[in-house]
Amino acid sequence: MIAALAFYLFASILIASAVMVVTSRNPVHSVLYLILAFFNAAALFLIAGAEFLAMILVIVYVGAVAVLFLFVVMMLDVDFVQLREGFQRYAPIGAIIGGILFLELLFVLGTWQFAADAAELRLSPTPAGVSNTKALGRIIYTDYIFLFQAAGLILLVAMIGAIVLTLRDKHHSKRQNIAVQVARTSELTMAQPALGEGIRREDILRPLPPPSKAPKPVAHHGHGHDDDHGHGGGHH
Amino acid sequence: MLTIGLAHYLTVGAILFVLGVFGIFMNRKNVIVILMSIELILLSVNLNLVAFSSKLDDLTGQVFAMFILTVAAAEAAIGLAIVVIYFRNHGSIEVEDISALKG
Repeated sequence: MIAALAFYLFASILIASAVMVVTSRNPVHSVLYLILAFFNAAALFLIAGAEFLAMILVIVYVGAVAVLFLFVVMMLDVDFVQLREGFQRYAPIGAIIGGILFLELLFVLGTWQFAADAAELRLSPTPAGVSNTKALGRIIYTDYIFLFQAAGLILLVAMIGAIVLTLRDKHHSKRQNIAVQVARTSELTMAQPALGEGIRREDILRPLPPPSKAPKPVAHHGHGHDDDHGHGGGHH
Repeated sequence: MLTIGLAHYLTVGAILFVLGVFGIFMNRKNVIVILMSIELILLSVNLNLVAFSSKLDDLTGQVFAMFILTVAAAEAAIGLAIVVIYFRNHGSIEVEDISALKG
């Protein structure tokens, strides 16, 4: 009784918010109604007894996907009024096709029934006395381990793909260019100081001074005069 | 009427699916709303899978629903990334403008 009333409540809110998603004037409102739809779908999952999927739906869809949508809608500076120009024109076609599709689905629903041996054909019957999450974990990590790994791989590829697609290289980061590094030839010339003279300043190879830091000759001459008297004698 | 069975869930799923298809036709110019409609369609498929899983006492449906959730998340991330770079390069996300790949 309570479950039935809750089902009707959540289902009606779900359908109403789905209608608002597709007909809303502002895409930000669409995303917010999408979030509401996901919450109500999670409630329907709970009523059906799939607690783990309900929580995953809230976490993944509401926490990640819907926020991603919201982020993109708010980040892009799109003229959404212009995007709604053909709204009235396409509505009848959409209504006709949607109506036909819905009628077909109803026909399927009306004439369809389970196979007689459906109960024996179950791949992994729900174990009694085990919570939904535990039962799911038992079969995901054993029977469906390869599919589970493939799902992880799909998520990894999606993450890398999204990063590669949207990364704008600003050349700010220092990085190793391996081709340049390998192709570099040694330009060193060996200096040969005379024997017994010790090493002079000119024999020590120093990196060139950075070009932006050019010496300012005027300022140097201004108070360099006093310094010449101080320790200028050593050079002459 | 007051006992929730499989038919209730399938009806809700069918309505949701039709609404998603209808949304694709209604918002033919806006890629973001089309992506949201695809999310609605995938949600209705998940609803069907969970309803059958609950009716048949078979957990395989829920496992499949989880994989569909994975694919939906990946699809949303890639689709939105493509929308973002398309908008960055062309300054528009109208579906009619996205025709650089047509033959």
